[in-house]
Amino acid sequence: MSLGMRSALHDGVVVTRRNILKMKRLPDIVVFATIQPIMFVLLFSYVFGSAITVPGVSYREFLMAGIFAQTVAFGSANTCIGLADDLQKGIIERFRSLPMSRGAVLIGRTTADLLNNFFVVVVLTGSGLVVGWRIRTSVLDAIAGLVLLLLFAYSMSWISALVGLSVRSVEVAQSAGFIWLFPFTFVSNAFVPTAGMPRVLRLVSEWNPITAVTTALRKLFGNTNEQLAPYTSWPDRHAIVLAFAWCAVILGVFVPLSVRRYRIATSR
Amino acid sequence: MPAIVAEAIVKTYGKVTALDGLDIDVEEGTVFGLLGPNGAGKTTAVRVLTTLLRPDSGRVEIAGIDVLAHPERARRIIGVSGQQAAVDDYLTGRENLEMFGELYQLPRTKARARANELLEHFDLAAAADRPVKGYSGGMRRRLDLAGAIVSRPRVLFLDEPTTGLDPRSRNDLWEVITDLVRLGTTVLLTTQYLEEADRLANDIAVVDHGSVIARGTADELKRRIGGERLDVVVAQRSQLEIAAATLRAIAGAEPVVDARTREISVPVRGIGALTEAVRRFDEIGLEVLDIALHRPSLDDVFLALTGHAADTGTNP
Repeated sequence: MSLGMRSALHDGVVVTRRNILKMKRLPDIVVFATIQPIMFVLLFSYVFGSAITVPGVSYREFLMAGIFAQTVAFGSANTCIGLADDLQKGIIERFRSLPMSRGAVLIGRTTADLLNNFFVVVVLTGSGLVVGWRIRTSVLDAIAGLVLLLLFAYSMSWISALVGLSVRSVEVAQSAGFIWLFPFTFVSNAFVPTAGMPRVLRLVSEWNPITAVTTALRKLFGNTNEQLAPYTSWPDRHAIVLAFAWCAVILGVFVPLSVRRYRIATSR
Repeated sequence: MPAIVAEAIVKTYGKVTALDGLDIDVEEGTVFGLLGPNGAGKTTAVRVLTTLLRPDSGRVEIAGIDVLAHPERARRIIGVSGQQAAVDDYLTGRENLEMFGELYQLPRTKARARANELLEHFDLAAAADRPVKGYSGGMRRRLDLAGAIVSRPRVLFLDEPTTGLDPRSRNDLWEVITDLVRLGTTVLLTTQYLEEADRLANDIAVVDHGSVIARGTADELKRRIGGERLDVVVAQRSQLEIAAATLRAIAGAEPVVDARTREISVPVRGIGALTEAVRRFDEIGLEVLDIALHRPSLDDVFLALTGHAADTGTNP
């Protein structure tokens, strides 16, 4: 392993530890990150679910994969707010004056947020099981689903990292960090089938990474059938591969962009 | 070898010129004070010297290292403590220092031992395991400074280390800085207070509009400014003349008399002039409404050097 890699890992671990300590001292972040998806499960199951029918499976069965994808996408806003906060408080400036790896602050932030997301996914799985959702496939498929979900969560964090480093204050981060996530997660098949959407919207949602991840999760957890989804479109048929590919593309684009942004973030 | 050399540093932000050909050189083991009002370019200068900001042009060397070519090498031998105490609110004092130690690439056990040592030395041992959120302003500054010297840097940069502190905390911090210098650290500090530069710095550069407008020891600068001034307001206009004559005799200089406000002002050296004046006025039964010794302030420095007052209203 090169010296640069080793110091990036070492420093990344130090910064991750710091962020986890912070979450422990400020448990509100984790508590609200958990309440929100549970609320969504209940709202959609009992309010929207009472009016929406999807062919082939129960709405709650259909819903959970979407809630999983949406939750980790929204969870990435923590990365945005956390970085904006560090930037505003001068911590990033401090880190930049230390002989540490350039990527470590971002690695530490995204890793801590990944652990937070993992915790939230566990809680969410529990609440899904309570409202009647089940995993109907093999253990291996289920694990693949979980890995995909966490990889997606991690990728989303890097998009949010770029947003967090680009805004001027925590207050802005608090709205900017969320606002783009609404169309991103709702113009998809996360909550409703895309079949009834206007043409353009349907096309957008078919290629939306959220849709790919949601469809992939439905397949991996066995929450789908031929009736619900005839899988005629290309992105539908190859959802699992596409979902992993989307993660790779997002990381490939946003890791270098965010690291670059980090370098210039405080040198204005 | 000089510890810090900066030559012809220029940094502009759009149309605003923050640094306009700044030159600095600091001898190893000395304290250098960068004195100037808000917006003079002090912080920008520190950020350039500490690798945080790339200048448009110029050359920076720290302990022989070309900072612009090898910023990562420079970072290993410098410590920085900014205006804003950049410590983590939710971590304890100890956790903050251990983290900085590890990021300076100290092994974990060493980082831990060093944190302990610094907490003790900076009088933070009692609060070491409390989150920094509950620290006072002075404690935060001390912790921030401790964080800057975790790796025993050869060159330490302090950007307005005591701004916003109460007089006691300021004195405490001054002592800590003096201790560091005694151990051989080279320090560059910025300040808005002439008193602070006077107390700590061997050598002072006065900065205005991004360049150095005067350079020297505190005494040299004061001599140029004219040192202290004794201001007296007498009760009776008829006594102005005798009071002025008395002050002339004490100070050995010509007093400035304002008949309308019955105020007399004369340059003096030291507190002795004040007590002497009080004693003599008492002897001749001269009634004084106000008598005060004024030390030269930053404003006096600027007035003397530039002919305009320090422009302290502008933002940095």
